[in-house]
Amino acid sequence: MALSTRPLRILVAKAGLDGHDRGAKIIARALRDAGFEIIYTGVHQTPEMIAETAMQEDVDAVGLSILSGAHLTLFPAVVEELKRRGAGDVLLFGGGIVPDEDLPPLTAAGVARIFTPGATTQEIVAWVREHVHPRTA
Amino acid sequence: MNKRDWLARYRNDTERTVRFSTVSDMELDPLYTAEDVRPDPDRIGVPGEFPYTRGVYPSMYRGRLWTMRQFAGFGTAEDTNERFRFLLAQGQTGLSTAFDMPTLMGYDADHPRARGEVGREGVAVSSLVDMRALFHGIRLDQVTTSMTVNCSASAVLAMYLAVAEEQGTPWTALGGTIQNDMLKEFIAQKEWICPPEPSLRIVVDMIEFCAREVPRWHAVSISGYHIREAGSTAVQELAFTLADGIAYVEAARQRGLAVDDFAPRLSFFFNLHNDFLEEVAKLRAARRLWASLMRERFGARDPRSLRLRTHAQTAGCSLTAQQPLNNVVRVAVQALAGVLGGVQSLHTNSLDETLALPSEGAAMVALRTQQILAEESGVTNTVDPLGGSWAIEALTDRIEREARAYIEHIDGLGGMVRAIELGYPQREIAEAAYVYQQQIDRGEKTVVGVNRYQVPEERPLELLRVPLEVEERQTERVRRVKRERDGARARAALARVRAAATSGENLMPPVVDAVKALCTVGEIADVYRDVFGVYRDPAWL
Repeated sequence: MALSTRPLRILVAKAGLDGHDRGAKIIARALRDAGFEIIYTGVHQTPEMIAETAMQEDVDAVGLSILSGAHLTLFPAVVEELKRRGAGDVLLFGGGIVPDEDLPPLTAAGVARIFTPGATTQEIVAWVREHVHPRTA
Repeated sequence: MNKRDWLARYRNDTERTVRFSTVSDMELDPLYTAEDVRPDPDRIGVPGEFPYTRGVYPSMYRGRLWTMRQFAGFGTAEDTNERFRFLLAQGQTGLSTAFDMPTLMGYDADHPRARGEVGREGVAVSSLVDMRALFHGIRLDQVTTSMTVNCSASAVLAMYLAVAEEQGTPWTALGGTIQNDMLKEFIAQKEWICPPEPSLRIVVDMIEFCAREVPRWHAVSISGYHIREAGSTAVQELAFTLADGIAYVEAARQRGLAVDDFAPRLSFFFNLHNDFLEEVAKLRAARRLWASLMRERFGARDPRSLRLRTHAQTAGCSLTAQQPLNNVVRVAVQALAGVLGGVQSLHTNSLDETLALPSEGAAMVALRTQQILAEESGVTNTVDPLGGSWAIEALTDRIEREARAYIEHIDGLGGMVRAIELGYPQREIAEAAYVYQQQIDRGEKTVVGVNRYQVPEERPLELLRVPLEVEERQTERVRRVKRERDGARARAALARVRAAATSGENLMPPVVDAVKALCTVGEIADVYRDVFGVYRDPAWL
């Protein structure tokens, strides 16, 4: 069978209790304008809810936004929840207020890339184009 | 020479090939003259007189400087109490409390949804035990306190009142503000428990209760700050904020309150973004428009009902992680706009806030910025020094006109609650935020250090770190409170909160009793969730 030509599906998710959704919405819209299929969770999602939506929507990647300082807890928790559902190969990237010294532990936990303040939408779209591939079922 | 003739000459002169537009993308004329300002001196007026364009008081900062009120909160109540005392020792004149996300969303520290968030973005307050520690050694009749909390505001205010009582301070002697502006939560900040209608009911309960029992307290601070941070333009910030204010006044009147019995205690909170002229004009337009609306729509007669008194905060979203020392300059310019715009109270952001909560050193520079403006710059020597500037007055007129058009559109939708249910302000803001980001990404708007004048290597700052152990300590503390309190008394008190929630009687008296019985923020919010239902983000893009 020929390779599927469906657009890549990306879940943009807001984890935890913080309601700052300006960045998540801008990224969702920029990715959609760039041709990706975007599912946006809305705010206040638990790691379980995010992993569950990722499964149901059969996404190729999850983009997580956290501005509450809870990234060291919530990013790894999303990785764990995806793995528990056999979806450890879903690419996880994210953005938020993340100090430089927190980047290595997040990479070690399996987060492919974190975009910090000042990142442009073009930069993020280009990174997603390069790194997100269709998941092999 | 009239403006048209002058413009002909201007066009023969050189002009840079950029758009001369504000942060909110309003294009400005090359020059403003007397021809651009409506020739009605009463629209500008004098300070302290309707329509208050030039300020709400006759003497403004010659009478009393603005309150320097730095927003602070992190870790446990003890950590924040220490920061409060530091700021007061440095000459700060009012307190302002930042709560952590679980407190703001009505979860105790021991709730699974609080995982990773306890004390991280503000101070963790689950019960009266925490509130006592937060204000330990601070006499509540000697300071005014602002508390930024909304959907769980009833419980938090109740705790503050209980602490005052324990200190022997009568409620009538308490001054301060609780943000308690739920409508802007649905529009912008997105911290909620129940849907808009019951949320509004709780706000009105608090307006009614404070008017009766805590007469110097501001029961709601109608906030544009978060609307702007979510990406709105200056006009949208002003329009949506005043439309929220209209909705509160209407709801309180429907409750049977007379407008002049509660409107004097409504206060406001605006953002101070980078565009100096636009921000000064926005604040002046805000005062004139509110005074007119209160008179036209609600027949307010007490001058205090007409005066838009406001706190302001420099724009967090304008700060950059790149070359963070530059943020000191941004904050100074923004704060100056606030002062020349006539605010009553001011928070200046710290230079490190795009990276973490403020360190003590960064918080001190921010406070010093206000002290330099107040005591060195000379701008407080005369009232409203920019009044009568043609550019400022023309911009004030324009912002007022455009904001009024938005408010009329919202009226047409059926008012702000209905507009929120339709997603109208939310979509307008998201659209403006996207346009602005594209302008930055394409380099059409400059952000120094980000899309121009970058440096390859940056020296890291010393940041405030909130240790993860805070969560364990706080979790254990709230569990101990629940274990050791008089369980029967707590259950009975919660049952009375539930009864009031169901019957429609004012929630505040039973909530005050409940916090005194050591019921927690989470338990009271659980009653709301149960009785009123839980609001879910419609997740509009």
